[in-house]
Amino acid sequence: MRIYFVKRLLLMVPTLLGISLVSFLIIHLTPGDPALLKLGDSEQRSGNQLLAAQIIDETRALYGLDQPLYVQYLRWLKRILTFDFGESLRDHRPIIDKLKERIPVSVKLSGISLLFAYLISIPLGVYSATHPYSIGDRVTTIILFALYSLPNFWIATMAIVYLGGGDFWNVFPVYGLASPNAGSWPWWQRLEDELWHLILPVTCLTYYTFAVLSRYMRVGMIEIIRQDFIRTARAKGLGERTIVYRHALRNSLIPIVTLMADLLPTLLGGSIVVETLFSIPGMGSLSYEAVNTRDYPLLMAIFTLSALLTLLGILLADFLYTLVDPRIGYEKSATA
Amino acid sequence: MKRAQRPEGYWHIVLRQFRRNRVAIAGLVVVLLLFIIAAFADFIASDKPLVMKYRNQVYFPVLKDYAAWLGVARWETQFQNVSFKDFVASNFDKRDWAQFPPIRYSPNEVSLTSVLRPPSAQHLLGTDDVGRDIASRVVHGSRVSLSVGFVAVSIYVLIGLFIGALAGYYGGIVDMIASRMIEIMLTIPTFFLIITVVAFLPPSILNIMIVIGITNWPTVARLTRGEFLKTKSLEYVVAAKALGASDVRTIFRHILPNTIAPVFVAATFGVASAILIESTLSFLGFGVPPSKASWGSILSNARQLLPSGWWLTVFPGLAIFLTVTSYNIVGEGLRDAADPRLKES
Repeated sequence: MRIYFVKRLLLMVPTLLGISLVSFLIIHLTPGDPALLKLGDSEQRSGNQLLAAQIIDETRALYGLDQPLYVQYLRWLKRILTFDFGESLRDHRPIIDKLKERIPVSVKLSGISLLFAYLISIPLGVYSATHPYSIGDRVTTIILFALYSLPNFWIATMAIVYLGGGDFWNVFPVYGLASPNAGSWPWWQRLEDELWHLILPVTCLTYYTFAVLSRYMRVGMIEIIRQDFIRTARAKGLGERTIVYRHALRNSLIPIVTLMADLLPTLLGGSIVVETLFSIPGMGSLSYEAVNTRDYPLLMAIFTLSALLTLLGILLADFLYTLVDPRIGYEKSATA
Repeated sequence: MKRAQRPEGYWHIVLRQFRRNRVAIAGLVVVLLLFIIAAFADFIASDKPLVMKYRNQVYFPVLKDYAAWLGVARWETQFQNVSFKDFVASNFDKRDWAQFPPIRYSPNEVSLTSVLRPPSAQHLLGTDDVGRDIASRVVHGSRVSLSVGFVAVSIYVLIGLFIGALAGYYGGIVDMIASRMIEIMLTIPTFFLIITVVAFLPPSILNIMIVIGITNWPTVARLTRGEFLKTKSLEYVVAAKALGASDVRTIFRHILPNTIAPVFVAATFGVASAILIESTLSFLGFGVPPSKASWGSILSNARQLLPSGWWLTVFPGLAIFLTVTSYNIVGEGLRDAADPRLKES
């Protein structure tokens, strides 16, 4: 068992190298010169071509952008091994500091959203599975399907326009996660303020996950309910509630657990759309800024981090599998 | 003597199953309707008349526009660079007539006298901040969405089939390399990658198609690889090889037709997600050039304009929603029809 996971961890190394190479190449081969961008339009327009060229050269030399690609890659790789992601091109702050500041925000947002996603989907799925093809099942399926197809940037825009003081009601704040002067408030008021700020973004992050999660739950549950041990439980005279929640539910949690591991990268990566629209300073909006300012080191750090998380997520899913369902083993030989 | 009846083909069964599913058929109808709208967008919404009679001569300005664009015909000097609406108003007499399309505005027709008008008989879905007709923009926007959906998915299905087939059929070192590539691509955050590349390239619809195409092939490749692994040792494949069929013939004639169904289902869902990606990109301000009307860019414009007007956010969003939903419904129907085992009872 342990050997299996160690092997899996080792196999991640070539994959990670591949990922870093691919993202490095993509980012560096696409047009758009950060040195030029840094210089800005004003200085370019000022007409002092010589000075401008000098500044560009200096900036390039400073960040090693004048070196051949493979040198740049190896340098970057060497530093990344020590978790040194370098400095942001834009404000010279260490990238690791930026990440430290942004990740908790995204984790909070996605964590709450994930919690609600599971809290609502599991009962919905269980209901659909225990009442298959009833009117209630059909109606929930249709509603969830419709929610799933609603583009979340649309819903977010509508929420801002209609509920955030755009055209109609001014119910919810749509800027950031706290009111500007909240720092001086007592804690209960701050908490209320923050909850109030969270409602819209969390809703926009959550509503479309119900369809997938509850569907997995429903399918898994229906399969389980048909099995012999459930019939045995019924024959023993156990109550329906005990059967469903103690016997069936536990056994049908496996697919949902795998999905949770899939969601790990989103947990830290945040949502570009929702965070940008609601001006929330998380990883999503950081990614968006990095793209817009062609901040190479920052982009590379985000790419590598999310790829690493995805890989860990896959590994975690396999591991959770064995925890939830002891029948699954990873030993190759069936002896012992 | 009665001839032995030929067994029913696989696609026949799929088609029959699909036809039984009324919801899926409804989805298919919407999809076809959207196609018609996209194909005939210029005949539905244009500032030029479809047909007109002027000084005893009949003209077809919309068709003429196509011909002029292709370079096979030239505008008559009197119609060069004229607004047909002004022309009709000022030059027509009693015997002349013109039949305009149902929506009498072009998607980029600016009119500063009718800015931010709510829906009315004149502007069915209202106008935006520079007086462009939203109905016309939504109709023309369908072209961007559908073409991105189809071209992008075609690109990645082709790449995915190719790599998946090679990996599954040959196995060994080929499979090792292909599987590593698939794994790498699957772990890279796709949407972020697309945004990065699109942001660095000049805005163009073609770029979006290519970028979505080259980032989404791993799912198809994985599916195809799995199907090939399952199929390649079946008797009929072995028989084909024993009869001396070449690798190419075995792959394309024998294995591929029997493995394509799940890929087809994935492609249908893929069109829905490609349309969603395109509209998100346009919404975030990457992607389509400003001169092109796209559902995402109408919404993006509405967001920057607060207070804007409910018609600016509701209609383009509904268009996206309707399109994405109908593709998803068709995809579900196809999946149920292609593999009855998957249909949970």
